[in-house]
Amino acid sequence: MNRTDGPGPGGFDAATVAKDFPLLGREVNGRPIVYLDSAASSQKPTAVLDAMREYDETTHANVHRGVYAIAEEATRRFEEARIEVGRFIGARVPDREVVFTKNATEAINLVAHAWGRTHLRAGDAVVLTEMEHHANIVPWQMLAAERGIELRWLPVDEQGRLVLDDLDRLLDGARLLGVTVMSNVLGTLNPVSRLAAAAHAAGAVVVADACQSVPHLPTDVTALGADFVAFSAHKMLGPTGIGVLWGRDELLAELPPFLGGGEMILDVRKEGFTPNDIPWRFEAGTPPITEAVGLGAAVGYLRHLGMEAVRHHDLHLTRYALAALDERFGTDLTVFGPPEAAARGGVISFALGDLHPHDISQILDEYGVCVRAGHHCAKPLMRRLGVTATARASFAPYSDESDVDALVEALAAAVRFFA
Amino acid sequence: MPGLEDLYREIILDHYRSPRNRGELPSPPAVRAEGFNPLCGDEIVVTVEMADDAVRDIKIGGTGCSISQSSASLMSAAVKGKPVAEVRDLITTFKAMMSIHEATLPAAGEGEGSTPADDAEPAAVDVEAIGELAALQGVVKFPVRIKCATLSWNTLAQALDEAGAPA
Repeated sequence: MNRTDGPGPGGFDAATVAKDFPLLGREVNGRPIVYLDSAASSQKPTAVLDAMREYDETTHANVHRGVYAIAEEATRRFEEARIEVGRFIGARVPDREVVFTKNATEAINLVAHAWGRTHLRAGDAVVLTEMEHHANIVPWQMLAAERGIELRWLPVDEQGRLVLDDLDRLLDGARLLGVTVMSNVLGTLNPVSRLAAAAHAAGAVVVADACQSVPHLPTDVTALGADFVAFSAHKMLGPTGIGVLWGRDELLAELPPFLGGGEMILDVRKEGFTPNDIPWRFEAGTPPITEAVGLGAAVGYLRHLGMEAVRHHDLHLTRYALAALDERFGTDLTVFGPPEAAARGGVISFALGDLHPHDISQILDEYGVCVRAGHHCAKPLMRRLGVTATARASFAPYSDESDVDALVEALAAAVRFFA
Repeated sequence: MPGLEDLYREIILDHYRSPRNRGELPSPPAVRAEGFNPLCGDEIVVTVEMADDAVRDIKIGGTGCSISQSSASLMSAAVKGKPVAEVRDLITTFKAMMSIHEATLPAAGEGEGSTPADDAEPAAVDVEAIGELAALQGVVKFPVRIKCATLSWNTLAQALDEAGAPA
């Protein structure tokens, strides 16, 4: 394989980047770890770990409450992280449009609860794609069961692309479209701005699941055209425990609260309460403050790498991996999703002969290679693909060709083992 | 660190490559039960034909990994033709072998080898008595795979319940 066409102009060297991630220095089963499960959860650079530790050691107090020095500093750090995240995704009004949640799942549930319960009535339709993660399916199914809402499905073709032939008919009478920007199984990059334009023309709002796209691609929520965008910190080099809901200012401003409690109120009397302004209206209780600081640092780290460079690296590595897998296994290996790298992000799901993904993953573990085996929380898509599970390798800025080479060697060992 | 040879014993690989009692019995008269492993999406279909309080015939359908497939295959061979009471005991024994926490051990019944649930001692499984099934013992060292090994057994128990077989 050609290894010299590495990082492009303004790019970075993944092996150097990997040195910033302490966990990648460990061994598994006596071999250096080969971490290829970043789509499930990415590793954290020292910059993130240090920021969280420094905050906890010097600044921690509850936010938006105390009038003493460290409480004000903590509030400032928390709100700065919000602005940092907002700018990173091109939010027009970052201080109002970025809501911190527990994770992306909670972000979508927030929309289903606050927007869905005030805007959807019996007979209304919600359109979802067949490649959605359960997080963008089940909240709508719960609401559908409760409210008598019709769920419609935008189909996926043999190459893992959305079939748009029937889009206008599906959107007719729809109030909401839920779509993933990048499939966590297929890697498919969906034409979200085109879908959003069609949805808006039909009078529907758009909820975009950006969990996989935000870590892999430059994100501009305005260009994306969605009304709500959800993603998680722990898939973008940040900590677990914090996710983000971005919503258009004017849409968020008219929504009722999601959870009730402290922080989300302006005033509480025995007779009732007055909700706070956005974004705090949706942040009941003490928020994940240390995690927000960590997310802010993760965004800073990604900004430093440059998201154009991250995309370039991802594309290069995906191309390299698709070629290496094909060269070694030929027709014994099936890659799900679009055949060309440019149509996908750095996620490769595959089947190898008749080996079960669990068995593949077990043998790979012996070689220190971490991949995901399972249904990837996308069972409707698994049924569409006609499989119960797939094995999945996924990349991050610290992944490089040597990781792919190790994967290929370990897969060859799995084939030999079960032969 | 347990090695792969603890997990993939030769008997297991043999049952994986040539599964016994594959397929589905016509239902009815056979009783049909489906089991799912939410972790990996594996699905198993167990059909059993009962006669005189015994498992007269059994077939295994569905898809799964080598551990779930071989466990199902070994199970089908072990229970075919056996009285229900014996099958129930075997299910209890097998699940005890697959338990890593005392709390998850089945409550003591008449069968030997079980200990009371509040006893801190792990259940003593009579490995001699379970024959080839002992090959699956190593699965316990790979906690994520335990559900793969127990899937068919839970599904069989479900089928026996549905058939109204004595507990």
